[in-house]
Amino acid sequence: MPTSSEKHEGNSSAERILDLAQSLRWKVGQEFHDKLVEALYAEASRIAQRAVILPGQGQRWDWDRAVDRLVTSRLWGFPIMFLLFALMFWLTISGANVPSGWLSQILVDGIQPWLWSLATALAVPRWLGGVLIDGVYLATAWVVSVMLPPMAIFFPLFTLLEDLGYLPRIAFNLDYLFKKAGAHGKQAMSMMMGFGCNAAGVVAARIIDSPRERLIAVITNNFSLCNGRWPTQILMATLFLGVLVPPHLAGIISAAAVIAVALLGVFLAFAVSWLLSRTVLRGEVSTFSLELPPYRPPRLLQTLYTSLVDRTLFVLWRAIVFAAPAGAVIWLVANVKIGDSSLAEHLIRMLNPMGMLMGLNGVVLLAYVIAIPANEIVIPTVLMLTVLSQGLQGVGGGAGVMFETDSARATFDILQAGGWTLLTAVNLMLFSLLHNPCSTTIYTIYKETGSVRWTAVATLLPLLLGIGATVTLAFIWRLFAG
Amino acid sequence: MKDPGSTAPSPSAACESCAVYRAASLKKLGVNMEEHDYIVALAGNPNTGKSTVFNALTGLRQHTGNWPGKTVTRAEGAFEFEGKRYKIVDLPGTYSLLSTSVDEEVARNFLLFGKPDVALVVVDATRLERNLNLALQVMEITDRVVLCVNLMDEARRHGIRIDDRALARDLGVPVVLASARQGEGLPELLQALSGVATGRIICRPFRLQEEPAAIRDVLHELVQEIHKAYPHLPNARWVALRLLDGDERLAEAFRTGELGGLDRVSEVSPATATF
Repeated sequence: MPTSSEKHEGNSSAERILDLAQSLRWKVGQEFHDKLVEALYAEASRIAQRAVILPGQGQRWDWDRAVDRLVTSRLWGFPIMFLLFALMFWLTISGANVPSGWLSQILVDGIQPWLWSLATALAVPRWLGGVLIDGVYLATAWVVSVMLPPMAIFFPLFTLLEDLGYLPRIAFNLDYLFKKAGAHGKQAMSMMMGFGCNAAGVVAARIIDSPRERLIAVITNNFSLCNGRWPTQILMATLFLGVLVPPHLAGIISAAAVIAVALLGVFLAFAVSWLLSRTVLRGEVSTFSLELPPYRPPRLLQTLYTSLVDRTLFVLWRAIVFAAPAGAVIWLVANVKIGDSSLAEHLIRMLNPMGMLMGLNGVVLLAYVIAIPANEIVIPTVLMLTVLSQGLQGVGGGAGVMFETDSARATFDILQAGGWTLLTAVNLMLFSLLHNPCSTTIYTIYKETGSVRWTAVATLLPLLLGIGATVTLAFIWRLFAG
Repeated sequence: MKDPGSTAPSPSAACESCAVYRAASLKKLGVNMEEHDYIVALAGNPNTGKSTVFNALTGLRQHTGNWPGKTVTRAEGAFEFEGKRYKIVDLPGTYSLLSTSVDEEVARNFLLFGKPDVALVVVDATRLERNLNLALQVMEITDRVVLCVNLMDEARRHGIRIDDRALARDLGVPVVLASARQGEGLPELLQALSGVATGRIICRPFRLQEEPAAIRDVLHELVQEIHKAYPHLPNARWVALRLLDGDERLAEAFRTGELGGLDRVSEVSPATATF
């Protein structure tokens, strides 16, 4: 076997070279790296100048620069950002109601009774029909009718902004704040991604060089409201806040409430980053260069396709995949009896004191436990648990048949029958922002950080904040509302 | 460029010399990467359209977006061109290969240890100067490089013209002007890729020669040693520079013998250079 001696020889020559390099490093001096980079830039510049033929010297009106001056200006940058997002949410909220109603009419009022009559005709056992039709099918139908319309409006709009090149401008605007918070400016990018999906946002934090700042970005990513949580926000704002004002203002007020929650998330991301960088993750802020890409006219069809297929249907599919089994679980916990009441009632009763303290109720807390796999199914779970546990048979033709012509209105009726108030809605919006990440994100955080400890911090920190915030608000609310 | 599928007359001899006709022999294989003949590494600055080029070649729908840093992991796909199967790896966009962030290391390590048959560097035509920094660094690591000057549509809108022949002459590698969003330049790109992969085109990449006087002798000494130990290493000078810069990952590659694996005899003799 000659390989071992060869290998040994190979290794020794490698060691010799490394030793030589090590000793030579002392000679080349400190500025060696900078000199190399300088030489590289000089060559790149020389070659580029020979190959690029620039337009005539006449200074032309430069659109990109003019727009940039406006959207990144100290004075107008933030108001424009706020207005753009307000417009997006207003379009989403006011545009989604009608198609949501149609969908629920078809899926719930139309198909569900038909499925039941089919099941009866085929002599399917009552419990199996319950699991499949009132559980699996209804949960899925709810997810589709509640989530599809707002997502089909919101994601194309967001993708349009992305293709246009607006996101880096947001990062530019926010950079100063991140620096103040002791975090990396590129965290703005991973934060933006988080508004789509936190798991994606956590992975996107890889663009940050320093491990310290990357960890901060990973831990605080959950404060970006993700896809799965937008529908909760939008629904709560529409049902409970929109009704407080005259109808023509309802859309604007609901949109403002959703933005307020999203901004609270952004604020908390800064605050927690600041806290982390002053305590456990102390260190220098690194500098970086951010390139503002040229504005590119978005391709409308491409945008529609990408956002509908890659985002809307992707998220919807994920929601359905998790909602279907969850639907079965919900139906089972609501129908399996232990003693005189169902399992769900036991659990809800157990969680109720905690829920009440947080200005919520046991149903919401149980829903958040069942919905750990996906935030998307929180609202359907809440609705199903409310209906099934309260025995709201009178709302529709029986358990499950509860959507009248207008789905939003019917949802409101159910929730009110479940004892919901304005406080419950506001605190649900808060808790939806501030609770543990979904299981996919938790797993991603573990993969990215490789540390159980930091994964636990990223998971429990928002949950504790959420409990703190809701308990405080509930206490103050009750103090003033009597 | 017209859609090659829409006009398909019976192929005649004249057609066969036309790039459009030959582009029609592109078969997008998506994620089917079995039994590839060549590996193509796709490098470039962030937001130059790497993923768009990747999608155009593979038929995949890797998400594209107008902001830097979108691709942070490697995406892989495949295509078939003129009977040869190519695996193409979309590397994270980086401004350089000299620092130590995760994305830069992913890109650098693949170019160095992944032994790609071609490194396709995508640059932004409207920001050529800044983008060439990376191209030059890639050319230090591997000599099988194709430069794709992308976003030509945008450059034209700004009145910028690129002298691709001057650029190819200065860099010593094939240069293709393209606008991947519109599919413009893809036939030429495929030709260049297959040319470099098969050895039909031999690159003679431009390499920085003028190092600071202070380190010239030191560098020379180290390169000599490396040449002695690994006579076929294509980038001894770059390796020496990295060692002098204190690159730990590379030092480790020395110790584990990983670098020895790169010490391969190139299949084509460098004497038949066409570039």
